[in-house]
Amino acid sequence: MSDEHSTEAETATSGEFERHPVPDSALLGAGKFWGMYAGEHAAGTEFMIGPLFLAAGASLQDLLFGLLLGNFLAVLTWRFLVTPIAIAKRMTLYYQLERIAGGSLVKLYNVVNGVLFCFLAGAMVTVSASAVGIPFGTLYEVPESTFGLGSPDFTLIVVVVGVVMAIIAAAGYQVVAQVANIAAPWMIAIFAACGIVSLTQMDANSISALSEGKYWQDAIDFVQEKDGVQQFGFWQIVVFAWLCNGAMHFGMADLSIFRFARSPSSGWAPAIGMFLGHYMAWIAAALLLAAQIKLSQDTTANPGALAWGALGWTGIICVIIAGWTTANPTIYRAGLAFQGVFPKSPRVVMTLIAGAVATTAGAFPNLSDQLLGFVGTYGTVLGPMGAIIFVDFYFMRRFGMREENAFHQGNSFNVAVLLAWLIPVAAGLYLIFVPTQMFPDKLFAAYAVVPCWIASGVIYLLLSKLMHPKTPLVS
Amino acid sequence: MNNTLKIASLIGLALVTIPSVIFFAGGMNHSAVKTTALIGTIIWFASTPLWMGREIPVDADNVEI
Repeated sequence: MSDEHSTEAETATSGEFERHPVPDSALLGAGKFWGMYAGEHAAGTEFMIGPLFLAAGASLQDLLFGLLLGNFLAVLTWRFLVTPIAIAKRMTLYYQLERIAGGSLVKLYNVVNGVLFCFLAGAMVTVSASAVGIPFGTLYEVPESTFGLGSPDFTLIVVVVGVVMAIIAAAGYQVVAQVANIAAPWMIAIFAACGIVSLTQMDANSISALSEGKYWQDAIDFVQEKDGVQQFGFWQIVVFAWLCNGAMHFGMADLSIFRFARSPSSGWAPAIGMFLGHYMAWIAAALLLAAQIKLSQDTTANPGALAWGALGWTGIICVIIAGWTTANPTIYRAGLAFQGVFPKSPRVVMTLIAGAVATTAGAFPNLSDQLLGFVGTYGTVLGPMGAIIFVDFYFMRRFGMREENAFHQGNSFNVAVLLAWLIPVAAGLYLIFVPTQMFPDKLFAAYAVVPCWIASGVIYLLLSKLMHPKTPLVS
Repeated sequence: MNNTLKIASLIGLALVTIPSVIFFAGGMNHSAVKTTALIGTIIWFASTPLWMGREIPVDADNVEI
């Protein structure tokens, strides 16, 4: 890396430009983004999500083609939705939102974000604990009830892992971010090795066996015989793969990253993260469960046991590092969000509180078992704020209104934004969590992301027109 | 020095992945794959931090899924 590049990178990561646009001197070339995204999205969550596809009854063909299409749509969304706004404005998500919605509303958004982060971190505590428990012979079982605890020794391991993670997060994220960076290429290699070993364990090591796909169908049949018939079809896979990062692309969280992009072509960079993490790693992790079913007729998606079965101690280390490096920044961000509400409280205390909530969530294995639904809910709740930014950027002037209303009016709480966010999200959450006549089995969470996003944008435009009909345009 | 360390990291990565391919082709047993993967992991983590100057990504405190 050249000195020039080092300086650029330092500038980019030092937290500067948080409250003003990134200057031309700090812009980064496309290579930086490809390098960065190559290490993204191969995380602890992948060990949970992959096996859940198999457990949910997805066919191999649907998985291979559905993930391909869904990830491609996600890349297109980053490229054509996020990057143009990021390059035009060159501001963080939070600052852009503050200028549109007002500082107080951004705090509320941040707290909601923080609470969701705690549950995500909780799932990662569960993932890491599942691996830590393997050498101790700890039983990992998913109770039927959502808030049922696992075995007492598993709960104890969750508490120990959660406390350690919270303390490290309270110390800051720099060290863990470095570990995550160094581990990223190795972790991708581990996922690939896990997939190849699993195929061999299932005797699927010939072209004919691979193309026949019997190893996969046998696993599905076994799961369905045990747990009842379930379906996870092609379009469900497409939509999930597209929108599981809904908060980052539709929700515009990655504006904070692409504001440094010199050229719009940087917007293609998430492709490498998607196809390594959300294609190869998910399929490899799913194969781990298929191999476990064939070898031991065990359908439990215990990430630690799955990785142990394929690669022994290396697998255990990988699951622990993957869970830890995902949970740590998550707890840290949640702590920052909570601190935003209580500015006088020390960040360390807020981070420890976030860690305590995450650890409590991690003690309920069923929560991490519902990660497919959680990730969709996460996008449904946070995604609509991206629609507000989209409408503000493309339509406010076109409809004779002023952009960045809160900033120009000195308003700290834009009610139009609040209503445009809450109304569609409340409707989406109702359909996700409550059986209705239209969706007797409840709505698959990822399906709600785009409708809520569109509804938010439309409501914001209408409410702005009603509430600020004569706001003068500012050049 | 840097080049030697980079080669060591590459060897570490190769020890993690290539044995699984040899296992797939029937040229190695499973326990040898696990052992070589562990050796490769140790080599990777011993050598990579000494040369990998990968900067912390922009907004590394953001959350990935």
